[in-house]
Amino acid sequence: MAEKTYLQAISDGLRQEMRRDKRVFVIGEDVGVYGGAFKVTQGFQEEFGPWRVIDAPLAETAIVGGCTGAAIMGMRPVAEMQFADFVSCAWDHLVTVAAKQRYRAGTPVPIVVRCPSGGGFSGGPFHSQNPESSFAHIPGLKVVCPATPEDAKGLLVSAIEDPNPVLYFEHKHLYRRIKADVPDDRYTTPFGEARVHREGDDLTIVTWGAMVYTAAEAADKVAEEDGISTEILDLRTIIPWDKKAVLASVEKTSKVMVLHEDTHTGGFGGEIAASIAEEAFEQLDAPVKRLTAPDTPVPFAPTLEKAFLPQVDDVVAAIRELAEY
Amino acid sequence: MATGTLVDVVMPQMGVSVSEGTITKWVKSEGETVEADETLLEISTDKVDTEVPSPASGVLQQILVQEGETVAVGTKLAAITPEGAEAPAPSAPADEAPPEAPAEAPPAAEPPEPATQEAAAESAAASGAEGETPTAAPAPPPTSPAEAPVTTENGSRFVSPVVARIAAEHGVDVAQIPGTGRGGRVTKKDILGYIESGGAEAAAPAAPAEAPPPEAPQPAPEAPPAAPEAPAPPPAAAPAAAQEGETVEPMSAMRRGIAEHMRRSLDTSAHVTSSIEVDMSKVAAIRSKLKKEYQDAYGVNPTYLAFVARAAVETLKDYPWVNGELRGDSIVTRSFVKLGFAVELADGKGLIVPVVKNAETLNLLGIAKAIADIAARARDKKLLPEDVQGGTFTITNPGGYGTFHGTPIISQPQAAILGTYAVVKRPWVVQDEMGEDVIAIRSIMNLTLTYDHRLVDGALAGRFLRDLRERLESWGESDY
Repeated sequence: MAEKTYLQAISDGLRQEMRRDKRVFVIGEDVGVYGGAFKVTQGFQEEFGPWRVIDAPLAETAIVGGCTGAAIMGMRPVAEMQFADFVSCAWDHLVTVAAKQRYRAGTPVPIVVRCPSGGGFSGGPFHSQNPESSFAHIPGLKVVCPATPEDAKGLLVSAIEDPNPVLYFEHKHLYRRIKADVPDDRYTTPFGEARVHREGDDLTIVTWGAMVYTAAEAADKVAEEDGISTEILDLRTIIPWDKKAVLASVEKTSKVMVLHEDTHTGGFGGEIAASIAEEAFEQLDAPVKRLTAPDTPVPFAPTLEKAFLPQVDDVVAAIRELAEY
Repeated sequence: MATGTLVDVVMPQMGVSVSEGTITKWVKSEGETVEADETLLEISTDKVDTEVPSPASGVLQQILVQEGETVAVGTKLAAITPEGAEAPAPSAPADEAPPEAPAEAPPAAEPPEPATQEAAAESAAASGAEGETPTAAPAPPPTSPAEAPVTTENGSRFVSPVVARIAAEHGVDVAQIPGTGRGGRVTKKDILGYIESGGAEAAAPAAPAEAPPPEAPQPAPEAPPAAPEAPAPPPAAAPAAAQEGETVEPMSAMRRGIAEHMRRSLDTSAHVTSSIEVDMSKVAAIRSKLKKEYQDAYGVNPTYLAFVARAAVETLKDYPWVNGELRGDSIVTRSFVKLGFAVELADGKGLIVPVVKNAETLNLLGIAKAIADIAARARDKKLLPEDVQGGTFTITNPGGYGTFHGTPIISQPQAAILGTYAVVKRPWVVQDEMGEDVIAIRSIMNLTLTYDHRLVDGALAGRFLRDLRERLESWGESDY
């Protein structure tokens, strides 16, 4: 057990799997010689050689297409999108081929697509998005969004083990900001099991990714200033998502906020809110609240980006509103 | 439950097991003034006869259930207009809150409407369509809040789904509860605090303060016209509507009990089933020999089931966990076997599991007699309560219909259930006297052991079945 950043945890998990399993290889733009845009694969090419750490041309279609083929032939590819935003180029291969191959032909497609996602550092509209809900809508794909270093490693190992295509959204704003103890040994974090980030009685915040920390800071503030007790559920994986844990928490607190960094309309929060309305209506003591980014591209200007992303004060205000209801 | 300014009087819960009550006498009549806590009516239930005090001071506006009628607990019996709330100006509701209007719908003159908050909430959601049905409206239209502690702020009487549900479960009048939510809304915390502090009893003695949680949805027991206003336990209680070509009949208490037990067993134990094939040739031979003797001397048939039961009891001695129980965090084992047998009722519509006590003390004849006895009494409905309690291991025998395999459900809180199936003649590989493999015709029976894997592992179950088979296959003439 050692303290590691979120980024180191991803890197370590990937390296361990490559050492353990020769079928695992990485491919992406600048992942080899340069060690990746964020240095997740630094030193990988030296250790594993250019055939297992492949520098690809700027062509996400080719990267994911190649991975799909390799996976069908028995390999366990881990693709890196330099930014999650660029995954849209690979949409066709992911959605039309990889997601449906197993259904159509019975062949598993064990690929992992690492997608550095999220904003908070003025990356602008092409380098800050959180496209998890688009892929959550596609049957055949799995979608994970780790928030802690421990989960980052465990979920990556699970993703590599999984026989289906998995989109692994790693939040760039957590890379070096978040540090925590991570077990040295190999372990897996199961899909579809939410993590209680903080226990509480008055209301529940369902969230994932970087927003877990925004929620936690807000929860600290209202606990101190208003005596409001907030429960925070970190979903960890969006597909599959832990509906059971969410409904159990709704039963406990009867007031729920769904918080995500992705934009509002069609965001995955809508699915959660609808499921709560459908299956826990008689547990509700207030309307389910959604706190999300507005329906615009991610702005570049720091002041605008701050206004765009849910901030601690926004969450505090929303918690108070919900508590007072 | 109050709909707006009216205070409802409901059939109180006079004990956990009491589900209905009969009105023996109305002490007050419609239009009469009544003080809070003054006796309003007298009721009679299975447990007690008692007086029901008025939950509020005011005028007894309307009696909804007449003397002699029997209704379910929670049924609205009468409505009281609280002091100071009479004679509202129908055209000028002081309260401008539009969402309240439907919730104020006066009760129909007929048998009481569903008086729960759920119903109120529903009609609120139905944007007034129902609420506007003209009625003999003795009740005043929406008006000032009378003595209800909540204020008239917009939304003050909005009842959230969870509050509606809790109110219905506990027979609490939401209007009596001080609200701390926005605009005086009653929050979940408010109502839970109110119930916990005994407020329900203090403020509305007619309301069952401690209604039992609705575990099994109770389809309003025998309350023909009043069925809808049973304090409907949340979701499942909606009466099933018959579609064309369908017949709907109420579940019997036994069916409900079986349904609940089976579901609970699957939710409790980790069910696993292992099967084994047993050559019953020796048993078959001995059985045909004993048959006449047993019939003539004792009037009892030495069934295959009796042989299996005898062998199972003997084998259980070596496998105490199979005869055991998980009780909390502890493992319970016993020096005795209380052997249950699943018996179908004569009408084919139910199942009961009578037990044979101290089965470990019975020989083959004793077990055969005991099985015949409990089976006969089960079919004739002459079992005593103690005959069906405390089983430690169960045998079920669906083989009578020719089935050769099954995965029965464990009778809780036991650890296992043995299934016995049809004895069928099958080509079987045996060794002849020269030690050569030959095919012979043998009477083969399948046995299954379905066990709770929380306590019994597969290897243990396998050894149990192996030993049981060994006992049956090597049954000697002098064995009992």
